[in-house]
Amino acid sequence: MSGPEHEHERGSLSSTELRVRALETVLTQKGYVDPAALDELIDTYQTKIGPRNGAQVVAHAWRDAEFRRQLLEDATAAIASLGFSGRQGEHMVAVENTPEQHNVVVCTLCSCYPWPILGLPPTWYKSAPYRARVVKDPRGVLSDFGVHLPETMRIRVWDSTAEVRYLVLPQPPAASEHLTERELADLVTRDSMIGTGLPLNPGGASTPRASP
Amino acid sequence: MSYRSNADLGGQDGHGAVHPEPEGELFHAAWEPRVLALTLAMGAMGLWNIDTGRAARETLADYRDLSYYRIWLAGLEKLLLQSGAVQADELAQGRSLRSGLATSKVLRAAEVAAVLARGAPTARPSLGPARYALGHRVRTRDTAPPHHTRLPGYARGKRGVIERVHGAHVFADTHAQGLGEQPQWLYSVAFDETELWADSTSRQNATVSVDAWEPYLEPA
Repeated sequence: MSGPEHEHERGSLSSTELRVRALETVLTQKGYVDPAALDELIDTYQTKIGPRNGAQVVAHAWRDAEFRRQLLEDATAAIASLGFSGRQGEHMVAVENTPEQHNVVVCTLCSCYPWPILGLPPTWYKSAPYRARVVKDPRGVLSDFGVHLPETMRIRVWDSTAEVRYLVLPQPPAASEHLTERELADLVTRDSMIGTGLPLNPGGASTPRASP
Repeated sequence: MSYRSNADLGGQDGHGAVHPEPEGELFHAAWEPRVLALTLAMGAMGLWNIDTGRAARETLADYRDLSYYRIWLAGLEKLLLQSGAVQADELAQGRSLRSGLATSKVLRAAEVAAVLARGAPTARPSLGPARYALGHRVRTRDTAPPHHTRLPGYARGKRGVIERVHGAHVFADTHAQGLGEQPQWLYSVAFDETELWADSTSRQNATVSVDAWEPYLEPA
């Protein structure tokens, strides 16, 4: 699949822009869509629902052993207890990274992604290179993200083929025990919750900590 | 007529490197969020379900050449025409030319947060006991069916182990064809890399899991 289009037409709208406007006009005139609802949907995913939700979940699991246990047992309920739920996150499973195992999530067939806690998926997640390669060459893909894991670590790839959605629970960074939950959440990157990255270290660097 | 999904990409070679991008980059053109919103809002109308929507997108002839939201745009137009909600001359002219389908399900702005928070769970009461349990060895069916399915090609005819029993869920294969929810038991099945990529010399200490409905499986 090609990357984002570049339709530079100085002084005029691109053909796709015109096509979308035509479609929106037809659907609005038919009474099928309410333009205010369209604006609200866009605003929701631009400003209200995003990976900072998932970062809260992860940080809370790092700080609260009982919540961590609940998250691993019934992620949907645990995540809902923090106020996150719904579309494309109705059936959640949390998979934990350990010193022995690293998890990474994909949807090879389209772009299924846990929207309530991570928002909209990044372009690479929805594109052919990731979808094609991560099930066959996960270490190669991780290396495209600058992540290198010991050969002794098992890599578990989760292909989201049904409506179950996966959240990777990363390991907490070293020397983070003194941080507040809020500060911890700032270390949780979106990519670390997909499995293509690791959390930041308290100094802010993205260097992965050494694994045993 | 056989069914051809152009979206079954798992294991395909030749697509090149993955390009990471920073958090917060959601859209690359002004029309993209409009397509997102139109698709979600039309989904709320209930003229088609999410599985039929995926079927419409994956069977686009030029799927491989389109960027993500171009796929959504073409898919939405296809679904609108298929369902009779819109006709081709209206899309071409960019205006409604006749009354639309009667509906009471138009999504209003005030409802958006609640509708999104509610979602559309697919878990259903099961109609019988699960055939498989944790630890069962299974083999996936080895032919591609002539309709939408969620068993990727790379996992067809492969031996794996049941690692989770998710419960009964709306069955995508029948749902996409308008044949009803027909809930089936859904399992997480784990495959060793040596089973999936027997021809490959690369050994990465990797396991791949898919979520598979019972009709995809037989005892191994």
